[in-house]
Amino acid sequence: MSVIESFPPFRWTARFLGWFGIDGRALVVAIPFLWLLVFFLVPFLVVAKISVSEPAIAMPPYTPIISWDGLYATINLSFENYAFLLTDPLYVNAYVFSIRVAFTSAVLALLVGYPIAYYIARSPEPKRSLLLMLVILPFWTSFLLRVYAWQGFLRSNGVINNFLIWTGVIDTPIQMLQTDFAVYLGIVYTYLPFMILPLYANLVKLDESLLEASADLGARPVSTFFNVTLPLSMPGVIAGFMLVFVPAIGEFVIPELLGGPDTLMIGKVLWNEFFQNRDWPVASAVAIAMLVVLVVPIMILRRAEQRAADAT
Amino acid sequence: MRRGILLPTFAVLGFVFLYAPILSLIIFSFNESQLVTVWGGFSTKWYGELLRDPQILGAAWISLQVAAVSATVAVAFGTLAAFVLARFGPFRGRAMLTGMATAPLVMPEVITGLSLLLLFVSLEQIIGWPAGRGMLTIIIAHVTFCMAFVVVVVQSRLSGMDLDIEEAAMDLGARPVRVFFDITLPVIAPALVAGWLLAFTLSLDDLVVASFVTGPGASTLPMVIFSKVRLGVSPDINALATIIIAIVAIGVGIAMWLMRRGARRD
Repeated sequence: MSVIESFPPFRWTARFLGWFGIDGRALVVAIPFLWLLVFFLVPFLVVAKISVSEPAIAMPPYTPIISWDGLYATINLSFENYAFLLTDPLYVNAYVFSIRVAFTSAVLALLVGYPIAYYIARSPEPKRSLLLMLVILPFWTSFLLRVYAWQGFLRSNGVINNFLIWTGVIDTPIQMLQTDFAVYLGIVYTYLPFMILPLYANLVKLDESLLEASADLGARPVSTFFNVTLPLSMPGVIAGFMLVFVPAIGEFVIPELLGGPDTLMIGKVLWNEFFQNRDWPVASAVAIAMLVVLVVPIMILRRAEQRAADAT
Repeated sequence: MRRGILLPTFAVLGFVFLYAPILSLIIFSFNESQLVTVWGGFSTKWYGELLRDPQILGAAWISLQVAAVSATVAVAFGTLAAFVLARFGPFRGRAMLTGMATAPLVMPEVITGLSLLLLFVSLEQIIGWPAGRGMLTIIIAHVTFCMAFVVVVVQSRLSGMDLDIEEAAMDLGARPVRVFFDITLPVIAPALVAGWLLAFTLSLDDLVVASFVTGPGASTLPMVIFSKVRLGVSPDINALATIIIAIVAIGVGIAMWLMRRGARRD
């Protein structure tokens, strides 16, 4: 007897649900489905709703979009928040800048991550597990503290500047903290495991006999890499790129702690709109616009992933 | 295959890049001086200060509770979702479930946080639940985004699993529920443990989502760290980081040892 059937209340509930055509199978689907529907999908509808309402001095600080006037319901949709986003250059600039930062960081992470992933994938077994563990280990420690560590590295009296002054390379400290450079560095650093792992998972499956065949046919290592290894690893490249690029667009902690006052990434703009200006409708409009901005690259990457998977 | 010196050098530099900042955190946690980057002699005073700070201890306790509950619920629901996606074949709403279960993986945290907060506020207005925000709302939010990671981990284990033993059990007359608890669950147990640890870590680490959905009185550890770090240099955070790194390293070490022992037995 199974756990469920051996316990009468469970048995009775199962039978009761059965009358309505709900069997165990439907129930198993329903639990995660309903949870995600209520706490993942519906929230977006709420955000969309609030993005077309007007700010108000109340709690919650926005006007209802449907108002009852005795008999009739009036629907007040206000697209002013979106118009505001388009007219104030702050927002457009923040979106463009975020995409640029995320894209550049993803490319840099790819350039740094690929050789590491390749090296790990080609290592013999006990060493391979150890190296893989070393890549994952920083991911298990606090993200916030790893960003904080870079503050200590980059500040004017930080480790790097102190070292450069001590060796005599420079006389006065270089401003590194609170620059865009620090933001790129922070994103590449914290997201590197997300780039390395899918690349590794792909490269470890690479058939070495293909590389040998290419070498036997006279190809130089560089040409083997660009003609055999890289095309075959495209699914891993795209997966890694997506795992870095997409979340990095909305990054808040890194531009806040490492960037300067004019490093306006869209995640930071949303945060400030919500926590400092307390303008919930504009914050919602920023979020909806960010989703729209995200959908396009996700679709492109999905399609590229499909094509790469079909090609290999 | 020919192997030059270039690749190993690059890999070594990569690992230096990954570990140098962490190493400096550990070193400066034993620094006597208030300035985190100037060495003033060996001292463990920041550890003492940390352990006497009621704000940090309270926040750590809240974070641990939230993470344990969130990870457990996320593993339960995430396993159900993974099982449905891996075993149930086509059904209506499958594409939607796939999308909803994996989209949180790449969803920017600010959007997840804002959307859940607005949901909680609206729900409170309409049905009066959840009354106010605090640990419960953080747990709900964490379950939702941790589930996605559990689904990925468990689903890959399920699809790599030998289907014959499940079929054999069913041929011998076992009902689906019994097959799941007696056959499938023990086989995917390592993935459940991995998923739980992943969810626990993600929950413990989350600043952005928790900042949105929390209420008065429920500050998690990352929120306290963030407010301290934003105010400027605070050497006790280095001590905290060192403690966290030590716990993680010991945990990972034990996991690796267990895995190696398990692999040898197989």
